[in-house]
Amino acid sequence: MGLLSNAAALLGKEVRTEFRSRELLSTTIVFVLIVVVLFSFTFDPTTNESHRFGPGLLWLAFLFAASLMLQPCFLREQTNDTLSALRLAVSDPFAIFLAKIGANTLFLLLTELLMLPVFAALFNVNFRGQLPGILLTFLLGSLGISTAGTALAAISAQARMRELLLPLLLLPLLAPILVASTEVTVGLMSADPAMQWKGIGFLAVFDVVFLTALWLFGEYLLEE
Amino acid sequence: MASPAECKVGLRFEKVDKRYGTVYALRNLTLTIAPGECVALAGRNGSGKTTLLRIAANLTRPTRGSLSFSESTENQNPHTGFVAHATMVYDELTAEENLLFFAKLLGVTKRKERVAELLFEVGLGERKDSLVRTFSRGMRQRVAIARALLANPSLLLFDEPATGLDPEATTWLIGRLRTLRDSGCTIVMSLHGESEVARLATRAVRLEAGSVVADTRAGTTFQSVLSFTGS
Repeated sequence: MGLLSNAAALLGKEVRTEFRSRELLSTTIVFVLIVVVLFSFTFDPTTNESHRFGPGLLWLAFLFAASLMLQPCFLREQTNDTLSALRLAVSDPFAIFLAKIGANTLFLLLTELLMLPVFAALFNVNFRGQLPGILLTFLLGSLGISTAGTALAAISAQARMRELLLPLLLLPLLAPILVASTEVTVGLMSADPAMQWKGIGFLAVFDVVFLTALWLFGEYLLEE
Repeated sequence: MASPAECKVGLRFEKVDKRYGTVYALRNLTLTIAPGECVALAGRNGSGKTTLLRIAANLTRPTRGSLSFSESTENQNPHTGFVAHATMVYDELTAEENLLFFAKLLGVTKRKERVAELLFEVGLGERKDSLVRTFSRGMRQRVAIARALLANPSLLLFDEPATGLDPEATTWLIGRLRTLRDSGCTIVMSLHGESEVARLATRAVRLEAGSVVADTRAGTTFQSVLSFTGS
């Protein structure tokens, strides 16, 4: 089987097992909801402040949620050593990463889309006319978070103190994603909305660089 | 996917060391396994049997030395079937879903028929729609064995294959391994002492502290190599 068909089969398995257990999605959604509500209560922002600071708080919540969600993606494979079975079955280990990245991006996007109306209501932000731009930003930002996060999850799963290691490595590495995504979202949610193509370009480059690195070196991350 | 008869695989471990931190799991191990051999690995806990099998499966890289494969036909695609301590199947999927998933990854043709055939063979035909997490240890082991056999492997690696199996399933396993051995499949299995499964072996290798301390083919010393008291 080829890389893409292997990745599709693996992605199907990831989605099926998650929608069957709903462990990750429900936890992540509840977590982001709590963080967004707490931010709203703590800052009690005016409309102007919401436009300036809201997107940053939103992306911080997504980042925290991602560090929570990415942790189990390889740890779950350790329970019955299923990662070994996958390594024996697929000809290209990058297929395993592609599937994990696809699933994490999908789950993160789902969480973000569910949280967007809640955020808009709590922070009094109107995004209706900017939905395509926001969706593009969410997609590129989530892909970047998932790509870097999946690589680090593979590394940290084999380490001691793994529960602490992933957030410690992930949050600094994803700082550029946080900054770029926030800038683009601020531009889209401002009183005079505009798409920040520079930020979108940065997010796209970040995604391509990390995907390429994973394609080249991913095999070594899966080794014992 | 090549069947064992079409593609026989041999292995050669050449001065292999495997170190975890300061502890040697394998030390300067040299071992050649000819295509079609059925080798029983014996040894105490921590003697290096599992590490040797994981290196043979290409799941672990040796710290030093090398592993090479010899294949009697070059244009085939040999497959390794591995049954480890862990079952290597997903608890959240049913027995059938697990096997269909791995069959798809392995490129097995006529997947549904192959999976149904194996589930029937391992005695799980009636429980095919049950989640693996509801299975007993023995039933999980049956799914694990079925997974390893999915793609007609040319090389079979078993880490204590009869773990958790009831006498009926052990008898089935012995029969199945005998058929595979006779069809030319290379089999390497780690065992704890003498057992019914060990009688299938055409060769016994005993490991101590990561090195081969005894290596014999069928004969008078065979049982003593398998047993813990032999040296």
